[in-house]
Amino acid sequence: MAWTWFFRLGSPKWFYQMSLKWQPWLWFFAGSGLGIGLIWGLWIAPPDYYQGELQRIMYIHVPAAYLSMFVYVVMAVSGAIGIIWRMKMAYTVSMSCSPIGAAFTFLALITGSLWGKPTWGTYWVFDARLTAELVLLFLYFGHMALFNAISDLKSADKAAAILAIVGVVNIPIIHFSVEWWNSLHQPASLSKLEKPSIDSSMLWPLLIMIVSFKVFFVAVLLPFIRNHILWRDRDAQWVKQEVESK
Amino acid sequence: MAMKPQRKKRAIGIILSVLGVASAIALVFVALGDNLNYFYTPSQIQAGEAPIDRSIKVGGLVVPGTVKRGANQLDVEFTIRDKEHSLRVEFSDVLPDLFKEGQGIVATGTLAEDGRFVASSVLAKHDENYMPPEVARALSEGGHPTKSPKEENN
Repeated sequence: MAWTWFFRLGSPKWFYQMSLKWQPWLWFFAGSGLGIGLIWGLWIAPPDYYQGELQRIMYIHVPAAYLSMFVYVVMAVSGAIGIIWRMKMAYTVSMSCSPIGAAFTFLALITGSLWGKPTWGTYWVFDARLTAELVLLFLYFGHMALFNAISDLKSADKAAAILAIVGVVNIPIIHFSVEWWNSLHQPASLSKLEKPSIDSSMLWPLLIMIVSFKVFFVAVLLPFIRNHILWRDRDAQWVKQEVESK
Repeated sequence: MAMKPQRKKRAIGIILSVLGVASAIALVFVALGDNLNYFYTPSQIQAGEAPIDRSIKVGGLVVPGTVKRGANQLDVEFTIRDKEHSLRVEFSDVLPDLFKEGQGIVATGTLAEDGRFVASSVLAKHDENYMPPEVARALSEGGHPTKSPKEENN
């Protein structure tokens, strides 16, 4: 009986209607969280002793980079659920993740590049961390392209899910690249097991930004999922009624 | 929860394919070995692992007190070190803003027979420590050295 919620989530119609109810709350929490985090990070938090004001780009860069990997794991896990349980909603979630994940990856690469120029003296180098993150961007592009290239929906779902699952190997590579090899990118400042090497006056706004980015991801994911549901079930009676009522 | 045999088969298939790809990539990494490192450390150079007269990168901390400016405004020489060994680096171009004594750097250039390293570009490598200026000051007054802050900071 405990599993009934899982199977209800599997109903596109139920999910479509429920997610419309969750949507305003998600926008509210994402908006206020991002507002508080940005004001705290960009104005209230102290500048870094060494980098000065430049360090503030971290409040965007770190959450974007973290989410770029988190979204990928969500995409791969829902792809796996889709394959194992033959669940259409799981494929829908997986396909809705890739454009958002690509956007986070792009944001992480751009903010890192803008930070790198004044800090390192270059916009880009092909070290292990930066290259692995670029590969992640191409995996997202590949996921979208593969799905769109196959006209049979079942095969497209399956092929895209397999790409997502296999590409998950890149996630630990991104994370550990700064430990396994010498790289220009610095090692992680945040770590759950040790004391973070970042002062608490900067850690708090950063943690708020990370949590808010996550809520923001869910808030953006739901409209993508609803669009995908409408497209996938476009011949279903309830979708026709839903569209006509608008 | 017991899985239906067919689902179990698909789940095992997924796990096996991830393990397969992971081990293939791990083998590639093992084969590439040190080539995946972005730079050589002074210890690796001391051990003769770096090629002579070919463009390579070296990385290390700038040893305080070793930075010497030449007659030409841009000429600069400094020593970098890791835990065990050090390396003399010659450079004559604009250094990055965050270049400081005690700072980590990555230099691109060629290693000469006599062990000097002539750099064509120098990048600053930032570390993972973030703290406000007051904390850095308190730490260095307490006898824990930090890098000297940028002058223009307040």
